[in-house]
Amino acid sequence: MSNLVYNEMLKIVRKKRLWVIVAIVAVLVALFTYAQYKRVQEMQERLGTTDWRTQLQQQIIDAQNRLNSSSISDEWRKYLQIRLKQQQYYLEHDINPSAPGAPTFMRMFIENAIDLFLPLLVMVVAADLVSSEASGGTIKLLLTRPVKRGAVLLSKYIALLLSISFILLTVAFLSYFISGAVFGYEGWRLPLLTGFVAQGEELNTANVHMLPQWKYVLIELGLAWFVCIVVGTLTFMLSVLVRSTAAVMGIMLAALISGAILSNMVSSWHSAKYLFMVNLRLTDYISGTAPPIEGMTLGFSMTVLAVWGLAALAISFIVFTKRDIY
Amino acid sequence: MTKQATLIVENLRKTIRRKEIIKGISFELKEGEVFGFLGPNGAGKTTTIRMLVGLIKPTAGRISICGYDLERQFTEAIRHIGCIVENPELYPYLSGWENLEHFARMVRDIPKERIVEVVELVGLQNRIHDRVSTYSLGMRQRLGIAQALLGKPKVLILDEPTNGLDPVGIREMRGFIRFLAETEGLSVLVSSHLLSEIQLMCDRVAIMAKGTLLRVDTVEHLLKEQARVAWKVEPLEMAKAILAAETSIFRIDGDTLITPYEPKKLSVWNKKLVEAGVAVHEIQPKLPTLEDLFIELTGGETIE
Repeated sequence: MSNLVYNEMLKIVRKKRLWVIVAIVAVLVALFTYAQYKRVQEMQERLGTTDWRTQLQQQIIDAQNRLNSSSISDEWRKYLQIRLKQQQYYLEHDINPSAPGAPTFMRMFIENAIDLFLPLLVMVVAADLVSSEASGGTIKLLLTRPVKRGAVLLSKYIALLLSISFILLTVAFLSYFISGAVFGYEGWRLPLLTGFVAQGEELNTANVHMLPQWKYVLIELGLAWFVCIVVGTLTFMLSVLVRSTAAVMGIMLAALISGAILSNMVSSWHSAKYLFMVNLRLTDYISGTAPPIEGMTLGFSMTVLAVWGLAALAISFIVFTKRDIY
Repeated sequence: MTKQATLIVENLRKTIRRKEIIKGISFELKEGEVFGFLGPNGAGKTTTIRMLVGLIKPTAGRISICGYDLERQFTEAIRHIGCIVENPELYPYLSGWENLEHFARMVRDIPKERIVEVVELVGLQNRIHDRVSTYSLGMRQRLGIAQALLGKPKVLILDEPTNGLDPVGIREMRGFIRFLAETEGLSVLVSSHLLSEIQLMCDRVAIMAKGTLLRVDTVEHLLKEQARVAWKVEPLEMAKAILAAETSIFRIDGDTLITPYEPKKLSVWNKKLVEAGVAVHEIQPKLPTLEDLFIELTGGETIE
């Protein structure tokens, strides 16, 4: 099996797919770093660079005053206390909250890339994994070896999982090192707030707690990895079913983009929550953004994605091992 | 001299969308022979070959390779087969060497020396480290054969091996295939639409049309049976009457009668004609080509 996986990785590498991906990520990260840099500059110009400490101190005093008044609910009080701790941490560790470091950039990049950009990169590898063998005719040589068809497909799937992991590591490293050159590499221990649950119009703050940024980024990377694997598996299935790589790309792109559009308009169409493409923004559950349809939770979305992924994997294997090759 | 059968096909059938494409064919390949597979387009040659190498699952029937059943013991059976199905399609972005390494990795116990060996066998030493996308069709064909030979197969299946080669290449390929069968003892199954090729290269031929095997026999045998004599005689009607009494007349071409070729009786027939006062201008034995035979057997269906 390791020989077969080696073969598949060799083909992916020699097709220069991974280098294209690295180049795309490097260019985009540099682009976004510059954009972010401009924004921070503008913000600092507006707020003034020197008095952010005074401002933070003022916010802390405001919060303390509010906590002292008796008219606020327990829930709100808890939230304010946590925020207070966060702001005190900023002040004690001399961190300007409006001037983020590389880890903050990394976190924001993952959050924005999870539903379209990362799946797109995965597609670059997954789309032609099987279909190129079919359209190039090499499938005939591949399947006339003393190796079971299931093993051939499994080696391709493992190569896909390795490539997806490589892509995410690339995104993590490049977004950290390129943005760090501008924003500095500090900020791993920055406390962030998580645990917000949006319920209809209200924000439920009952479970809010602080999380150091490194943990937060790690969780988000894990979620992004999960999303990429599901998207990769679906693309993989299409690649088995359809001979034309362009068709695979087209179908997947249509699904992903429709997901982005649907997310903005399906709040009243409840059964849409079972579609995989409206469930891709897993990081929103961590940062506390309201989901597209009420009642969707992190567990729900992950289950929906897992079911889609497993079904796609099963279809791929059944079709591939049974099909006549012409 | 009983040679072992390496590939046995029994009553093979394939139905695609309720249409029977292959209607129950049986044949076997013996050690060290080149077996030709002839048929017009759409006869089912490629479908049959794809079933032999496991790409298409037969609807019914049995394929056994060196004693292993292809369906139930796929890996053991396929280990003894090397094949090129249609064009030799290899990975164009890898070098010839990398392609061979790639396929060698898929089989247990193929040492590097074996790769060197097959490269030398097909004569690709000088260009083996170049990318396949820079290869000519002839070189790709050679590389295709090299990969087919990697696992030291007992049966080599080549679908249209001379397709797209120039005359020199075709002659080389022919020699190479004969060499593999005679020296290395391989069974080689060759399909081709070039009848002259099959005639020059094969020991036995199967003629296929509309999903059935019309004939399986040695080339010699098939040709001998179909030899003809052309008689240029005058007057035609009289000669026809005399010859018809002796043998059967296939057809009349202008002023020429065509009869079967029976070398020992020619002089007798000739004597009778002369004695009856027929002027015999020409007696010409006509050795048929496989092409004549083929057209006769398949009822004049066009071949490519």
